[in-house]
Amino acid sequence: MSIQEKQEVDILKSGSRAHMGERTFSDRLFRLFNFLFLGFVSVATLYPFWYICVGSISSMNHIYTSKILLWPDGFSLAAYRHVLNNPGIPRAFGNSIFIVIVGTALSMLLTTIGAYVLSKPYLPGRKYMTLFIVITMLFNGGLIPFYLTLRWLHLIDTIWVLIVPTAISTYNMILMRNFLMSVPSALEESAQMDGAGHFTTLFKIYIPLSKPVLATVTLFYAVGNWNAFFNAIVFLNKPDYQPIQVLLREVLVMNRADLLIFEDFRLNAPTEIVKMALVVVTILPIIMIYPFLQKYFVKGVMMGSIKG
Amino acid sequence: MVKANGSGKPRKSTVLRALRMHWELYLLFIPILLWYAVFCYVPMGGIIIAFKDFKVLRGIWESPWIGFGNFQRFISSPAFRATLGNTVIISLMNLAFVFPAPIIFSILLNEVQRTFLKRFIQTVSYLPHFISWTIAGGLFYMLLSPSSGAVNGVIELLGGQPINFMGSSKYFRWVLVLSSIWKGLGWGAIVYLAAIAGVDEELYEAATIDGAKRFAKIWNITIPSIMNVIVIMLILQVGNILNVNFEQVFILINDTVLGVGETIEYYIYRVGLFSTNNYSLGATVGLFKSVIGLVLILCTNALAKRLTDGGGIW
Repeated sequence: MSIQEKQEVDILKSGSRAHMGERTFSDRLFRLFNFLFLGFVSVATLYPFWYICVGSISSMNHIYTSKILLWPDGFSLAAYRHVLNNPGIPRAFGNSIFIVIVGTALSMLLTTIGAYVLSKPYLPGRKYMTLFIVITMLFNGGLIPFYLTLRWLHLIDTIWVLIVPTAISTYNMILMRNFLMSVPSALEESAQMDGAGHFTTLFKIYIPLSKPVLATVTLFYAVGNWNAFFNAIVFLNKPDYQPIQVLLREVLVMNRADLLIFEDFRLNAPTEIVKMALVVVTILPIIMIYPFLQKYFVKGVMMGSIKG
Repeated sequence: MVKANGSGKPRKSTVLRALRMHWELYLLFIPILLWYAVFCYVPMGGIIIAFKDFKVLRGIWESPWIGFGNFQRFISSPAFRATLGNTVIISLMNLAFVFPAPIIFSILLNEVQRTFLKRFIQTVSYLPHFISWTIAGGLFYMLLSPSSGAVNGVIELLGGQPINFMGSSKYFRWVLVLSSIWKGLGWGAIVYLAAIAGVDEELYEAATIDGAKRFAKIWNITIPSIMNVIVIMLILQVGNILNVNFEQVFILINDTVLGVGETIEYYIYRVGLFSTNNYSLGATVGLFKSVIGLVLILCTNALAKRLTDGGGIW
């Protein structure tokens, strides 16, 4: 009996090996085309990034002579020097960094507290509280009433308009609540028997146990804050608190090359190249944390789609 | 037993007891409650300006009621047909081209046998998802530029004339479709790749023993096993037919392509905040879109739920 079983397993194994290494002509053809197709997709995905990197360090404005950039033409960091010395650009960067740090901290504070309270199955009224926040995912007042509300609160033209009104993402809060609900309640009970209050329970028991979900949600908020631009365009009229994304939009999309010009003409580099350097500098923080982003974002998507 | 005493009192005492027992948790929740009240429910109340002729100087309460006047104005204006048409056409193009792209991508990626290569392509494919629409839009403006863009470089190399993609009514919607695919392909594939990874390897092995070729395996094993996910995603997508990515349109649109690219949401922004500050009209169009969108989403969500709870699609 056991020998027979073993034989079956061997057959399956050889079968799986055959699946791995089919060598018929049509199969080779398929693999070739699949390889070419996926190669094309990868190149098309990466080329825009390559294009700006190569362009930003080219010494001459040679994109006008050969449009398809494959390799840098000469080498110059003039565009980067220009970007870093332009007073408007570091200010916009500073604003973005402030928004990411303060905004993400506030978001995490509110989201964790909300998720913790809503994760208590024994809390009377929990259903109504959850309903109260979930309704806002299905229906909202729309852009104009939202704008009028912010004006009524005197938040327009302050930096807080980019932080407070977007502090909570209901999706993130539900994601975190679902995770906290999976923490065994026995842990909480034993902590409370030892006289721990809710703050101690939350910080000593729940938070250490929920590191993956906390990392995911923190990254969701941080990337969201770094990439956000629409609220800043609509709710800020002065450039004082403008984040980098808004400056980028004005330079890249509205073609406001004048924003790149400042007194020190020695540093002057061709506009197109300066634009590329600005994009590279803005993408850099995202690229630097990309390995984490990839890992935790994918986790977040899976958690969301399972318990959605 | 306790309830027999009276109808109102015991309830009240339960509420009081709950408050007394869990006052810390309720106290913790107050900031959350306030945030939702101020930033979500106050704007919902603000929708009443859709039924008023709102004047900033007179305020919301003093502005006169005009009933459905704003709705009539919107529905009888040419903007109604134009923006609704653009929104639905762009959504249908997205359904036809953007929706299937990650499915095809994930099926083909699954056929790659070298794990390193598979993981590399997948990692690369996510990257555009993390880039803001400002940068994505800026990159498209650069690459599609008729005077300096690489895409027109290729067209000229092949002997064609440069095309002004961004300023052409003929191509603008295709720019939207293409940029959506570029930005969302790898990200959208995650769900499908996960579903494919869940397929029992023995099915493929058994099929191989039976002499099934690669296409037969894709057709008879891979596709049926992710069909549930495809149908659910499709239904949810249909529910969002009035929601074309606003940030994308906002970045890519310009005056020359307003006629083919202006969606309902962009129209709300334009008449409400950008060019005319007609708050009442903006709120009206917003309410119109929210209500129809809500009905669509509730219907499609219910359908999706029934299909998943019923233990399979068919």
